[in-house]
Amino acid sequence: MENNNNLPAVPSNALSEGYSHIKGWGIDADLKNDPTYPIKRRTDEERFGYTWERPAQQARDVEILTSTERNNLPAVFGTTLPPSGLSGAIRRFAFKYSESDYAHWLPLMLADRVGVAEGIISDLSRGHIPDYFNERGWGAEMEYNRKNFLLKVAAGAAVATAITALLIYRKRQKNQ
Amino acid sequence: MLAMNYRGPYRVRVDRDAPIPEIEHPEDAIVRVLRSCICGSDLHLYHGLVPDTRVGSTFGHEFIGEVVETGSSVHKLKVGDRVMVPFNIACGKCAFCRQELYGNCHESNAQATAVGGIFGYSHTAGGYNGGQAEFVRVPYADVGPTVIPEWMDPDDAVLLTDVVPTGYQAAEMGGILPGDTVVVFGAGPIGIMAAKSAWLFGAGRVIVIDNLDYRLEFVQKFAQCEAYNFSFMEDPVEFLKKATDSLGADVCIDAVGCEATGNTLNYIMGTKLMLQGGSTTALHWAINSVKKGGIVSIVGVYGPIDALVPIGNVVNKGITIRANQASVKRLLPRLIEHVKNGVINPKEIITHRIPLEEAAEGYHIFSSKLDSCIKTVLIPPSATI
Repeated sequence: MENNNNLPAVPSNALSEGYSHIKGWGIDADLKNDPTYPIKRRTDEERFGYTWERPAQQARDVEILTSTERNNLPAVFGTTLPPSGLSGAIRRFAFKYSESDYAHWLPLMLADRVGVAEGIISDLSRGHIPDYFNERGWGAEMEYNRKNFLLKVAAGAAVATAITALLIYRKRQKNQ
Repeated sequence: MLAMNYRGPYRVRVDRDAPIPEIEHPEDAIVRVLRSCICGSDLHLYHGLVPDTRVGSTFGHEFIGEVVETGSSVHKLKVGDRVMVPFNIACGKCAFCRQELYGNCHESNAQATAVGGIFGYSHTAGGYNGGQAEFVRVPYADVGPTVIPEWMDPDDAVLLTDVVPTGYQAAEMGGILPGDTVVVFGAGPIGIMAAKSAWLFGAGRVIVIDNLDYRLEFVQKFAQCEAYNFSFMEDPVEFLKKATDSLGADVCIDAVGCEATGNTLNYIMGTKLMLQGGSTTALHWAINSVKKGGIVSIVGVYGPIDALVPIGNVVNKGITIRANQASVKRLLPRLIEHVKNGVINPKEIITHRIPLEEAAEGYHIFSSKLDSCIKTVLIPPSATI
């Protein structure tokens, strides 16, 4: 395949000079053999670290949790939903660990579940009762999959009835 | 403004009093959304599988809109421009953007280094709100957003922001050579576009594997390919080997990702117990169905934790794996040409056009594969086209 990277076929003299102490350095290099092309058009800039002209830095006016693998804040970032409450505390804990650590990702998954509960509490505190029927799009289920929907409702009702009956039975047994 | 609001797994609503976004950086623009798709990747968020998906988030990374405000450093766009907004948030200056890895920008995601910022795709992808709203903040507005050509249908334009480039790059990463046999796992929108794109790279044979008949029928017509239902196979890998002279396909494309069905244990471990970064069945099949020395291209989304894959087979078979989020900006000029010349007709995959106010139904229809759904587009009430 034609490689349009505009690179020479062998490493430049300037680069090879730095490795002159290693016998044979680069003698088999073939810059045309780049399996990443064209997904990555190699420039080798990243070898020199932050050499690019960075965009202006966005002001940080909310708490932004940052990966431990970064040495700075990116120039631009999302400011939605800063960490708060118990889920926020769990997220802060998670961000003490790197992206390659389960101790980063598993707490984040836990925080997401805690966040769901916090969302319900927040809704209720503002007088908003979560509308599960519409939030889950069950109207569409009724329209396009009515039989399955009715089966689900019936199964749910049966389970609820069974649990209620069991609780009543146990209560009566206790009282005797 | 109206904005989709995530409340937890399988629960979304549309708020009417969401705050209109503001310019937060000189290179920002504010865009009034004209079309926004629900993407298969959004379903991973909707199902609660992506870490750091915070309640209150607005999803949507596949959208077009009209510029209503620009920051002081935006020079290429002006108010009134109608733009396609690539799902990647990319600065255009960092080492990775300069290599055209716009999905891996180093200046747009504070929370993770693996992926750059993505609109409305959890805090793991930068914590930006997405386009399933009436307005959206678009960072680096001079880099990604591309003015929609006058002649282009807005329904084609919106699909050029994600699904078409992703399917195209899936085929491109396959390194397809003329005459190659290409197998695409998944007949969702991405798989459909990957199958269509495989021909453009000169594939000699394109096979699509899925378990939903309506999708297989669709892809068969749209991409003029072979399509098979794995539900009726004892072993899809054996089937594919037998279909390819017992050697395997030259290229296998995983267009499914972390919610693959087909293996109950893998599905439960990956999606219910979350003991691995998703159900890896499609990737298993891709690795095991490809020819020795072949290429596996992955565009399916997986979680960031470990995932079980037959890596020993990768080594023993000498397989090359290529994967990434699509680099939309890199591919757009070529894809616009393909749309102009009628080579690709993206809007043909749209099956559902739903008002933004009914986003919850839209998600449920797409997630549950109701009403023969292939692709859903949400249209805000303020959209003028």
